[in-house]
Amino acid sequence: MPGSVRFTNPEQSARTINLRIVISAVIMVLMCGLLLSRLAYLQIVNAEYYTTLSQNNRVKVLPLAPPRGLIFSRDGTIVAENRPSFVLAIDTAVIGDLHETVAALSGLLELTQDDIDSFFAEVKSRGRVDEVALGNNLSETQLARFAAQSHRFPGVRIDARLTRYYPQTDLWAHVLGYVGRINEQELKSIDTAEYRGTSHIGKSGIEYTYETILHGSVGFQKVEINAQGRILRVLERTLPEPGRDLYLTIDAGLQQLAFELLAGNRGAIVALDPLTGGVLAFASNPSFNPNLFVNGISSKDYALLRDSPDRPLFNRALQGQYPPGSTVKPLVALAGLQNGVRTTGEETWCPGWYRLPGEQRRYHDWQRQGHGHVNLIRALAESCDIYFYDLARDLGIDTLSDFMRQFGLNSPTGIDLPGEAGGIFPNSEWKARTRKQPWYPGETLSVGIGQGFTLATPLQLAFATSILARHGVGITPHVVGQIEDPLLHQAVEPEFVEREMVSLDSDQYWTDVTHGMEEVVHGNRGTARKVGQNAGYRFAGKSGTAQLFSLPQDVKLSPEEISERLRDHALFVAFGPLENPQIAVAVIVENGVGGSSTAAPMARAIMDQYLQPSRDVSLTD
Amino acid sequence: MSALLINPTKSILERMHLDGPLLGAIVLVCMFGLVVLYSASGESSDMVSRQAIRFGLGLVAMLVMAQISPDRLLRWIPGMYALGIALLVLVAIIGIGRGSQRWLSFGPVQFQPSEIMKLAVPLMTAWYLRNRILPPGLGTVAAALIIIGLPALLIFEQPDLGTAVLVTAAGIFVLFLSGVRWRLIGIAAGIMLAVLPAVWFLMHDYQRQRVLTMLDPQADPLGAGYHSIQSVIAIGSGATYGKGWLNGTQSHLEFLPERHTDFIFAVYCEEFGFVGVVVLLLAYMLIISRAFAIAMQAQTVFGRLIAGSITMTFFIYIFVNMGMVAGVLPVVGVPLPLISYGGTSAVTLMAGFGILMSVHTHRRFNAAL
Repeated sequence: MPGSVRFTNPEQSARTINLRIVISAVIMVLMCGLLLSRLAYLQIVNAEYYTTLSQNNRVKVLPLAPPRGLIFSRDGTIVAENRPSFVLAIDTAVIGDLHETVAALSGLLELTQDDIDSFFAEVKSRGRVDEVALGNNLSETQLARFAAQSHRFPGVRIDARLTRYYPQTDLWAHVLGYVGRINEQELKSIDTAEYRGTSHIGKSGIEYTYETILHGSVGFQKVEINAQGRILRVLERTLPEPGRDLYLTIDAGLQQLAFELLAGNRGAIVALDPLTGGVLAFASNPSFNPNLFVNGISSKDYALLRDSPDRPLFNRALQGQYPPGSTVKPLVALAGLQNGVRTTGEETWCPGWYRLPGEQRRYHDWQRQGHGHVNLIRALAESCDIYFYDLARDLGIDTLSDFMRQFGLNSPTGIDLPGEAGGIFPNSEWKARTRKQPWYPGETLSVGIGQGFTLATPLQLAFATSILARHGVGITPHVVGQIEDPLLHQAVEPEFVEREMVSLDSDQYWTDVTHGMEEVVHGNRGTARKVGQNAGYRFAGKSGTAQLFSLPQDVKLSPEEISERLRDHALFVAFGPLENPQIAVAVIVENGVGGSSTAAPMARAIMDQYLQPSRDVSLTD
Repeated sequence: MSALLINPTKSILERMHLDGPLLGAIVLVCMFGLVVLYSASGESSDMVSRQAIRFGLGLVAMLVMAQISPDRLLRWIPGMYALGIALLVLVAIIGIGRGSQRWLSFGPVQFQPSEIMKLAVPLMTAWYLRNRILPPGLGTVAAALIIIGLPALLIFEQPDLGTAVLVTAAGIFVLFLSGVRWRLIGIAAGIMLAVLPAVWFLMHDYQRQRVLTMLDPQADPLGAGYHSIQSVIAIGSGATYGKGWLNGTQSHLEFLPERHTDFIFAVYCEEFGFVGVVVLLLAYMLIISRAFAIAMQAQTVFGRLIAGSITMTFFIYIFVNMGMVAGVLPVVGVPLPLISYGGTSAVTLMAGFGILMSVHTHRRFNAAL
């Protein structure tokens, strides 16, 4: 482009630009010098000042733990609450030598070794980023002593926290369970952000099952903290969302009565509302004080509970598997009717013993002289074993087992409590699988009267009884009736499915068997006719006595204790009132000998209090 | 392509139109960035790998730009500039953004048109000046100022003060390099000072707040001054040798805001101290000195102008970010180049360096014509 050459001179332009680049470079170096001098001023001249500032003047985000939901009984009695308690909150990120600090604090406040151990366990599991609590429920003296010396302990401050408390101690331990410090394993499975302010978590019982509902949602506050770890002021706050409150289906009065009845015995009482599936009473005796576990139980206390021959930590109602004995007879009778091997009026001859064809061995009735000619009603009322031996043999083990399992025997009921045992209702397949042996006909006879391999929990027996009371309809048993938002006071009821678990060809079968059970308590020759007397309502019951063949091997006992512990277990199941069943009860008293004499009066007392609360309840002999 | 055949002794880098020393210096600073980011992100290897991917994208952008010869680029510049203006107008109408409208959304892809302008404005200015008599006359300067001012005003209105200043600076640098007479520069500076009060009234409240905060951070220590105070404490407490990598208590106690993006330099200062700062500045100087060398060896006016301007813009990024973090400049959203977490800025910067490499590696080819 010759035209433009006249006006532009590429070489001169290049020189102009390069000069400017050099000037720019010089300016850049000067600017770098400025920057560096500013940084040197901050980092070298004033380094000490800013180092102090960075240590002293800190803005921290502290979690605000949500208050755990409260638990109430059906009638509004509080059974799990939160009480304020003072702890030392130790900022583990700030303190250089934790062991030294804790040793000094322990000397000052006379902390226990358990306090110190659980502190270091928590530090280990959380890592040194958060505040960790030392001590629990500090007394006013301890607080005063610390306050006077607090300047010696930067990074340590007094913190008020809420601690779980179970006001009725032993009474609800096997229902509520307890909370305890979060351990390393739990830390892996929980949402650590949600639990940043929380040191405790549900370990068993309702506290475990309903953990997420009870826990709530964590809040945060942004605070300015000085070198001593003291909060100077709160800059910003997001409130936590409190955990939901639970209303149980269990009646506080009934629960207390159940424990009074069981006092001095090892045993369990479970009462259900057949209409709703709600548990009305759930007692396992002896029990324990769950408050001991909240802040870590001392090894001495724990050894005492663990090694006691009465096994207070064992939840008999939920996990105790007992031979149900004669309490299964009403169900076996139903199996006979439904499968067409018996009619109600059909009689069996009972000479007091029974012999399988081709065998020499005699199977005896509990009554040596026998019951004579018995039909279904009498067989139930008098608990004739021979009738049920013969019936079981006619049914065959697999038909019997299939029928009985419809009542929830052989499987957990699905109650909202953790660790439920499922019991056993055996069949030939079960024996082949677990024992690698064929089924022998004699075993069918034992199973027909609830012995042999048969095992069931008190909860399963109560559930089966409630299904019987409602002619085959069952609702999953549960202890939580309502979940309430404490701020909005809005309650929701968890839904439990009601389904027909057992369906029979004729409703008459139910009526007949129920009539047999009515005869047990109200008939002239009923095994438990004493407990039926003077009842203001009609009810149905069945006693049971479970023979023991061996003792649990892990229990050490004296000779007289052994003889006591070889006695039969006493069982009783009942429901009432007959025309409109409102309660189903299962009672088991370990080594209580007689179902009718020991267990039946307890069941009656429970039903009396629930059905006739105004009447005075007294234990009849 | 024919060049490849003519000269078989060229190295692989040269064949790819890349400049070895410049590329090496850039990769070095990127490595610095990833190391600091690991600490600043709270040891998130996830964030570090995402940033590494962005660097990879940036390198691709660089490679692509390096292939485009300056001649071809020249033909595209006016269109690119016009497209940028159109998109900025579009943003003003339909853009999305938190508090300000900066982003355009195409399906899942969102991008900031103002980012294009960081390159388009200096390119357009250099394009305009390339055949003028240098140093430029008053009319030429006025025309160039319009080229620069129009997009700057649109960005300022979004409002995005930081980017507006940077885009203006990139264009002004081209003018400065073209040899605008000192007398003119003096007059312009005088006018600027006179107009400053007017600019103050045009500013949004939060922009004014930032300027005030810079002048006196203690006035509002928990509001607007919070960033400045805390980052200065972080820097100062780093002292000469720093607290060590991953040991910055200030930054790890989660109080330093934007610590992996705009304020990452504070984390760096806290953990590596003054010695670390000097090392980082030296690494940046490696990039800048090589880039200036390329500018001075360029064979066309356009090449010199654009290479010089890109280099100066790069430096101003560094200076504004460090100055802001060190509490001597107002808090504007300018990331520390190649160190701060974020994709757009890294890709734009790398594309700019690609242009530099193109200017350098297409040199002999141009000479042969």
